[in-house]
Order: sequence, then structure tokens, then C-alpha cells
Amino acid sequence: MSDDPYLTGLAGEVTHDVVVPARAPWLHHVPAGATLRIVDLEGNQAVDFLLYAAADDAERYSAQDTIAAQGNLFLRTGSVLRSSEGRAMMTIVASAVDYHDTIGGACSCESNTLRYGHHTKSQHACVENFLEANLTEGRGKRDIVSNINFFMNVPVEADGALGIVDGISAPGLTVDLRAEMDVIVVVSNCPQINNPCNAFNPTPVRMIVAA
Amino acid sequence: MTAVLADPLAARDHARAMAGTVVEAMPVLPPVANDLPAGVAADDLVWEETIAAGGYATRRLARGTRLRLIDLRGDACASLLVFNADMPTERLNVADTVKVQWNAYLDAGKLLLSDMGRVLMSIVEDEAGTHDCFCGPSTPTSNARRYGEGSNSGAQPSARDRFLLGVAKHGLGRRDVHPCINLFKGTRIEADGAVTPMVGPYAPGRHVTLRAEMDVLVVIANCPHVLDPRDDYVVTPLRATAWRGAATPTDDPIRNATPEGLRAFQNVDDHFRR
Repeated sequence: MSDDPYLTGLAGEVTHDVVVPARAPWLHHVPAGATLRIVDLEGNQAVDFLLYAAADDAERYSAQDTIAAQGNLFLRTGSVLRSSEGRAMMTIVASAVDYHDTIGGACSCESNTLRYGHHTKSQHACVENFLEANLTEGRGKRDIVSNINFFMNVPVEADGALGIVDGISAPGLTVDLRAEMDVIVVVSNCPQINNPCNAFNPTPVRMIVAA
Repeated sequence: MTAVLADPLAARDHARAMAGTVVEAMPVLPPVANDLPAGVAADDLVWEETIAAGGYATRRLARGTRLRLIDLRGDACASLLVFNADMPTERLNVADTVKVQWNAYLDAGKLLLSDMGRVLMSIVEDEAGTHDCFCGPSTPTSNARRYGEGSNSGAQPSARDRFLLGVAKHGLGRRDVHPCINLFKGTRIEADGAVTPMVGPYAPGRHVTLRAEMDVLVVIANCPHVLDPRDDYVVTPLRATAWRGAATPTDDPIRNATPEGLRAFQNVDDHFRR
């Protein structure tokens, strides 16, 4: 029995366990039935997250299919992450944070020029991470779609006002996902320094897979 | 088979006798429209087509072109994909569209932003106000669940399958069907994130006019909204009209409405600086 608190409650053997540095990408194949735990080690870190079906990577996470199927923008414990074919890819089986975002998308060098000014063009961004990781397996720009932002808070006000606001996470909070099919998980540990999604300070996260 | 139709020339005559048939859902060639806005010359009309209930259409539109969509009978749903025509790896990014504009709802003055920090199209007129950025297209699965059947060849095709056919006609495929927007059928977002569909039916004749801010490919599917609660496959024809126009001038009010939007236009200008 491990005394590592971040392994508590994980069933099966730990098959993968790494700390993803602040600003870095991560890609891992997670088999059906395995559990992926994401640990927000220092709190207030946004984890940008894409999923592809291992058997056919043209089938991928669809924020819109997920939202339509559950009738709600927020991802919570019990939310089923749906593919572009409407199939269940992963299920959020536990979350220490009330809800996670799937409408805010990922930062990119190009969108940063709109949001903050052209002086931010040279900054590293999530789409760069998604591309870098995906290119190792032959996926490119056509494969980047709307993603999940774990631990990120994007409320929608009554008048439609929407924006990334201060996080609702804290050091050591976790989210657990069960793979419902063989999936490829691609993460950008968000490098954004211009908005509160990371408290303006990207920090590491830990990715643990147990099966 | 009758003796007459065994004759190739008789079959030809039979086929040719159909020419000139007029139905509601069809393109008009050359395009003719008797309701162009004041100041638009008939010669500038480039596209006139009524898209069938359950149908789709796709078109390349040049920078400056206006695209007017009319919900003819109050139950159209225009699911829309947009690509940069010269570089279709650049496409509509719904997340950036809502995030960069700090708002969840589309209406007049809003921009459709690409994943390259540029504006693809802007909404120059909107008398509907019921649009949706969050639910995406209906799918074969969602249609099969609600209507019992949802295949492309059946009577209740889905917007996603219509998109696949539309993008295929530009040499694109499943990887290119990106998150879409739905015009005329809306959603309202509650404080707890719940999505309330607003599917009407609405008054006939509501319209939206978009302006192409770069050369774009549009793919439009006209199928029931994925959250339409009605048990029947209810959708009515959608009319598309497009006419040539000038590229957006530097003093355009939509261009200058927000600092984020202005930079999206500056990025488009840079794209055309060749």
C-alpha cells in the first residue's frame, strides 16, 4: 500500500506516472477500462485535453456532442466525454473540482494576438503543444478541435458574457477519467500567462494511469 | 419496361422533357432574386438557391460577398461550417469565436473567427437572434435515437452526415468537419451551465446576412437542431442568396467595434498582403 496520497483509491496497477512540467505537452495511449488521474499539483492550473479513438483517430473528442448529449456546458462527475460519432470515449468518474470547462478552447499564438495584442505572438501556446504531440503520430492541424480545459472556470452570465476567470481548483485536487474505449490522450499543460486560467503562472501537473 | 422506354432516344426525350421543372428547393441558374436589398445590382447576384428541408449546400464565396440566409417558413436550422477557401486547414473556431468576443451568443456585429486569429465572416444583419454555438450538428446517432432512423440515404438525415458530403465535394474529409454554429435555432445558457434549446417554430421570413471577410468555403446543412424536442423530423426550406460586395473598408463600424475584432481584421489584411 503506497503512502502516496495521489494514488489513493486507484484500482489496479499504476502503468504510467509522470509529472508534466509547466507549459509542456503530454501524449499517452490509455486502454479501455483504465483510469487516468490528473493531479493539479500546485493549484489553479488549466489542463487542455484532447482525445482520439485509438482505432481510428478521425473519431475524436467532440465538445459539442458532449454538451448536446448531457444538455449542459459544464463537465462534472458522471459526464461522458463523447466522440464526433456520438460514442462514449471516457467518463469522469470522480472530480474534486465542481466542474470543468469545454467551451473555452485552447490558446494559440494566433488567438493570443486577438486577445492580448500582437506582442504575444511569440509566446508558447496550447495549440503548439497539441501540434507537437500529435505530429509524432501523424496528426496535424486538421485534427485540432475544441478541447476540454480541466480545472478551468468559464462561466456564462445571463447576458451571454463569458470569459476565463479565476480558477476553482486548489493544490492537490484531482479528476479521474475512465476510458470507455482505447483512446489517445493529448494534453497541453497550459502555458498561458495573460489570463487567470493559471493564476498567470503555469505550474506542473501529474498524470497517473492505472489499469 | 415498355417498348418506348427501351429506345434510347425515347429515354432521352423523356429525360429532356423534365427540363424547366420548377420546385421550391433548387438553385436558380443564372441567379435571379426579386428581393435584393436597395442598392444591390442584379448583376452582382452570385448565388440563389433554396436548400431543401434535410438538405445541404456548399459554395465558395469571395471576400466581400454578402450571404443572406432566410428561414422561409420558420423551421429552418442552418448549421454552418466555414473554411478559408485557399487554405482549408484554416477553419471556423467556435471556441475562439465566443472566447475572444467575451460572449456566448451570436448576433449582428459578431465575427466568426478562424483558428488562425482571423475573421472569416461577420454578421452584418440579424433579425433572428436565436443562434447556437454549443450543441453542434445533429448526428446519425442522435437522429436514430429521436426519429428511429438517421442515415444519409434515409428520410431523416443528420447535419453531420450532410457536412461530410459537403466537405467531400471540396476534397475534404472526416478530419475537416469541425465544430459548427447553428443559425435560426438557438440555445440559452443557464447559470448552472444547463442548455435550454430555443427551436421555435418562429415567424416565417427571418433572415441573417453574413459578409465574407476572406475567400471562404461555406457548407450549410438544413436539418433539425440536435436538441429539437419534437418527435417528428420538423425542418423547412432555407433560402441562400449571395451578392458581390466590396471588401470591408477601414472605417467599417463592425471592423472597429472592439479591439479584439479590429486585430482579427488586421490579421486578415495581412493575409491578403501579397
